[in-house]
Amino acid sequence: MEFLSDIASLINSTLRISTPLVFAAMAGIFAERSGVIDFSLEGKMLMAAFVAAVGSYFLGNPWLGLLLAIIACVSLSMLHGFASVTYKGDQVVSCVAINILIIGLTTALAAAWFGQAGLTPTLNEDQRFLEVTLPFADSLRDIPIVGIIYSDILSGHYVFVYLAYLTVPLVFWVVFKTSFGLRLRAVGENPSAVDTAGINVFSMRYKALAINGVLIAFAGAHLSTAVNANFFREMSAGRGYLALAAMIFGKWHPKTALIACLLFGFTDALQIRLQGVELPAIGEIPVQLIQALPYVLTVVLLAGFVGKAIAPNAIGQPYIKER
Amino acid sequence: MATVDKSKVPWWVSNLIVPLVNLTLALFVSGIFIFIAGENPYEAVRLIIYGSFGYIEGFAYTLYYTTNFIFTGLAFAVAFHCRLFNIGGEGQAYIGGLGVFLVAINFSFLPVPIVWLLSIAGAFAFGAAWAFIPAYLQATRGSHVVITTIMFNFIAASLMVFLLVDVIRDTAQMGPHTVALPKEQWLPNFKDFAALFGIKIRYSPLNISFLLAIAASVFVWFLVWKTRWGYEMRAVGHNTQAAIYAGISPYKNIIIAMCISGGLAGLLAVNEVLGVHHKIVAGFPAGYGFTGIAVALMGRNHPIGIFPAAFLFGILYQGGSEVTFDMPNITRYMFVAVQGVIILFSGALENLFRPQIENFFVNRLNLKAKA
Repeated sequence: MEFLSDIASLINSTLRISTPLVFAAMAGIFAERSGVIDFSLEGKMLMAAFVAAVGSYFLGNPWLGLLLAIIACVSLSMLHGFASVTYKGDQVVSCVAINILIIGLTTALAAAWFGQAGLTPTLNEDQRFLEVTLPFADSLRDIPIVGIIYSDILSGHYVFVYLAYLTVPLVFWVVFKTSFGLRLRAVGENPSAVDTAGINVFSMRYKALAINGVLIAFAGAHLSTAVNANFFREMSAGRGYLALAAMIFGKWHPKTALIACLLFGFTDALQIRLQGVELPAIGEIPVQLIQALPYVLTVVLLAGFVGKAIAPNAIGQPYIKER
Repeated sequence: MATVDKSKVPWWVSNLIVPLVNLTLALFVSGIFIFIAGENPYEAVRLIIYGSFGYIEGFAYTLYYTTNFIFTGLAFAVAFHCRLFNIGGEGQAYIGGLGVFLVAINFSFLPVPIVWLLSIAGAFAFGAAWAFIPAYLQATRGSHVVITTIMFNFIAASLMVFLLVDVIRDTAQMGPHTVALPKEQWLPNFKDFAALFGIKIRYSPLNISFLLAIAASVFVWFLVWKTRWGYEMRAVGHNTQAAIYAGISPYKNIIIAMCISGGLAGLLAVNEVLGVHHKIVAGFPAGYGFTGIAVALMGRNHPIGIFPAAFLFGILYQGGSEVTFDMPNITRYMFVAVQGVIILFSGALENLFRPQIENFFVNRLNLKAKA
């Protein structure tokens, strides 16, 4: 029984830990499918975490915090678009600039407004998202198997966890089953053909970036107003990059990206469980090395032991309308 | 957007006026941030100038930071000429520290100048080795170096903390750092140098590594613009397909460019480990690797531009610490944000006003020619 509940809690934390990665990977799919590189997921996630925490602290409602985070992230996406779509600047440089700017700005402002440690004040129960208990979760708990799956694994998550996994089929539908999605993919593959067909390449890329901003805001809000009850310095801890790696590993496809995100989430959940545990034959692994596990996995996945990833054809190239 | 005949634009317009306009814009936006944080931007500028130029030790600190930024700026620039974004300078410098320390402590029986040379080689080699894996994966598997080098920063941080806590920690002390190197191996400090001329000043971390940074700048200039290697590297960066047709191997050049880049980042450890701390202290690269990106982009990836850019960031860092001392609402993270703004305006948005400025000067010159 203890073994089963161990497994259940491992799956439970995998779902929770993967959530920001799923949002970020879906956000990345929109930007990159339209031909705009987005390494700035990391910075935007951090910005969302900061704005959501500060917003819901002052306004007293986490949903308003989320709304502000969405506005902030869409603005950053627009900045990225302004630099790299309109002004044809280097997309990677623009992303690096946004990431460094946000790491500095969030911590600097948190320190200026709330004291030197760079933390925002702890949110109370009204100011943050609470765990959702699914209906009948308590009464079904004693039923074997079903009880564990329903009550211990599926129930008791934050609202973002459910939203994240609902977003995946939605993204799949939008990108692969709608005419908007067709145009989106075409803009990333062959912008001049799309232009010939009378579709505005620039406006498509801006729309994709706007959706990207909305999605990534959820990832940040999940970190600072659900799992944690405040913002702290560099709390995104490389998740934006992990999500990007998951997206590339998933070949810019929502379903495979989801699997990669879950794999990252699982490694992280396992990493937390392994800390301080004596393993047979190996003994206790030093905690610093275990913590590096998700990052090592990222490199291994990117090295692509399952074939080379092919990016959208026009990725990273600013579109120049012929004169 | 207006187009300008590039050949008619004088060099000083595109290499001096445009970067200065972008820098001014960036500093203006930074001023707004300082205002939002609840402090007076003008007062902050005054403190920055006083802190970095106002007294001899302050100026020495400015040059000490400049030394670090020259190394990391050159590191980013070399890889960038091959169109590679090495944002792993932080990790490469960290591992470079291991190289300096291991060489210095194990070869302490040799004469000191030889130990110094070997340590420099050690820093370069370890930094280069840490850049090799991302380089190899980029060259053979197309794994984007931006992600892999960032991951290698995280991995380097974990690895070094592990080593500093469990393997090479000075067990007589509490903190996560190694034992100090023998005193005769410490690099000559600016204070000792001034004392030779009978000038008494207080301690500052500025040491002879500053000259190594200048030498590294000359090395990079020679390598990138005067050797066959440099030419091939730039060819791959400029147009990979054309380079392949010309018989230049992109694989080889990606790996060489990244390893030299990592090695240059590793040299930062010579300044920090051999010159300042005299041991490996946890987290000694302290963000210098990232600042190198801003330095290189501002300096247009040329050693002659990188030097003033590194100096400017030296002023910002040293003056910035003066500001954080006097203004309770400003932390050093404000200056990280300032770096971001500078990268934005002098890198990503560098085309914002370029056509207008270039047009303005070209038209003026045309008018002059007619008159």
